[in-house]
Amino acid sequence: MIDQIVQGVLLGGYYALVACGLSFMYGVMRIINLAHGSLAILAAFLVWYITEQLAVSPFIALLIVVPIMAALGWILQRTVLDRSLRSGPLTPLLSTFGIAIIIDNGLFERFGADTRSLAPNIGDLSYKSWTLPGGVTVGQLGLLTLGVAVVLIVGLQLFLKYAPLGRAIRATAEDPDTAELMGINSRSVYAAAAAIALGTVAIAGAFLGMRATFDPYSGGAQLIFAFEAVVIGGTGSLWGTLLGAIALGVAQNLGAQVNPKGFLIAGHLLFFCVLAVRVFAAGGFSLNWLKALWRSQPA
Amino acid sequence: MTDAVWVRRWSSVSIITIVGLAGIIAILAFGPLFLGSYWTSRLTTLFIYIILAVMWNALAGYAGLVSVGQQAFFGLGAYVVIRLSDAGMPVYPAIALAPVIIAVLALVLSPLALRLRGGEFAIGMWVFAELAHLLVNLDSLIQGETGRSLIALSAFAPDVRRANNYWFALGAMTIFLALVFVLLRSRMGASVQAIRDNEEAAASVGVRVMATKRTIFVLAAAGCAAAGALTLSTLITFQPKTFFSVQWTAYMIFMTLVGGLGTFEGPIIGAIVFFIVESLFGSSGVWYLIALGASALVFSLWIPRGIWGTITARSGIQLMPIGYRLLFRK
Repeated sequence: MIDQIVQGVLLGGYYALVACGLSFMYGVMRIINLAHGSLAILAAFLVWYITEQLAVSPFIALLIVVPIMAALGWILQRTVLDRSLRSGPLTPLLSTFGIAIIIDNGLFERFGADTRSLAPNIGDLSYKSWTLPGGVTVGQLGLLTLGVAVVLIVGLQLFLKYAPLGRAIRATAEDPDTAELMGINSRSVYAAAAAIALGTVAIAGAFLGMRATFDPYSGGAQLIFAFEAVVIGGTGSLWGTLLGAIALGVAQNLGAQVNPKGFLIAGHLLFFCVLAVRVFAAGGFSLNWLKALWRSQPA
Repeated sequence: MTDAVWVRRWSSVSIITIVGLAGIIAILAFGPLFLGSYWTSRLTTLFIYIILAVMWNALAGYAGLVSVGQQAFFGLGAYVVIRLSDAGMPVYPAIALAPVIIAVLALVLSPLALRLRGGEFAIGMWVFAELAHLLVNLDSLIQGETGRSLIALSAFAPDVRRANNYWFALGAMTIFLALVFVLLRSRMGASVQAIRDNEEAAASVGVRVMATKRTIFVLAAAGCAAAGALTLSTLITFQPKTFFSVQWTAYMIFMTLVGGLGTFEGPIIGAIVFFIVESLFGSSGVWYLIALGASALVFSLWIPRGIWGTITARSGIQLMPIGYRLLFRK
């Protein structure tokens, strides 16, 4: 039981990594990027490809992939998302879903259906672990992932709080028009935010590749995990996202104890419970709608 | 005293359209008698696509609810048919009952689902679809991803089965088109578009936001369930992975965006376009899917009105009398 919780917390580290970019982008631009998971898989493939081609460690490859993904984020914002943001609340969902389909199938076209992993490329890091008193094992990779997630989130918070660009991002997120009046170019700020978000996606993709396997169509699942972490933790706060990610990881590991399929089911159930509580707390649940149903007059 | 303006809903074009549409459906009703087996089953598929496109458009184009999880209802519709059939119910009544059961499920789900906004609703529905998929996998009747065939269908000769599927699909399509038409022509049509454009403003002028959204949500769920049940009747085997695939939603989005989001005629045209594109390029596999994604992207950004919306904006033609036209009295 305690072992499962510890493993869940470590798994939560990965979810926090993949969720923080989604949370960041949602916080700044109010966009839920439906291509988020697919972009993480794209990054994982890039890291894998560079690792294989140049015969370097995935960590070295990651140093190359982070700027590539950041540049991609910049381009994505300038070409697609800017335009989507201007054409109403539905368009970003539709356009990013289109991008997700293109990435998934593009990866399939280029790399085929085989599942890949970076685990063979990181030597004994993939399986080395420490044993705590009580027989609980802590994998080094899992701990490293959690550590990177915490550092990334602390770093993003400090950046948002103190760096000039961070302050500009916060101002733009608050009110883009007023920020413009203060001399901030909101388009550039958005592009920078998208670049940062995709930089974190690159890191998430690399760690996904190291701790598990992936294939061209794994993107949807990563998007769902990231989104669940964000919602469970409460939208709009990076610390909340970290806690949500850990809660998700713990719930999944406990669910797996009940049934092999329980891993995913428990995560989804936790997600819906949190939503239900949130709606209930906001006074959303009432039986008025039932009464309204009986009244014959439509709308 | 006469008013200076009057409202026109019907025009000669729209009367011709409605009569023409009824005529086409009446002719199509005799389809299996003169179409070969190939076209009978192909048209059945087209009818199913039209249902899916029209339902997704009702949700997104009219109620402003973008769902990436409509495959939940599609898959559950098929699953319910398997379950009912296993319980001894004849196949075709089971197919007719499945959408009703799923509508009740959607009604139960609606207080939670409809509190979510924008992207939250979109992915929340996807999570729901994943959950439904996993739970159906747990059913021992389905045996995980192995799936199960609709064995009772083998009681029908292939020709009879094909014709039945065709008539059921045509009937379902007609019913759902008529329901959406009546809904959009009623007061709810105006309410639902007001909600899409600005929910708070709509509520402030007395639109019953939740009731309106709920009606559309339940209708769309029932339509997707009907499409799922009908697809099962053509494929015969229920494989959870196929039926709960997000691909179905990708198709719905493609059809609606290409045809024209938020128009009545658009998704029908989109479904026909998709049907033709699939017939021509469906076998080219992955590039075909990349092209679908790319067209969804291009249409959402540069041609947001789609084919039909662009035509009406240019010419002012409205085939279906669901809007209002204000005219000055001469």
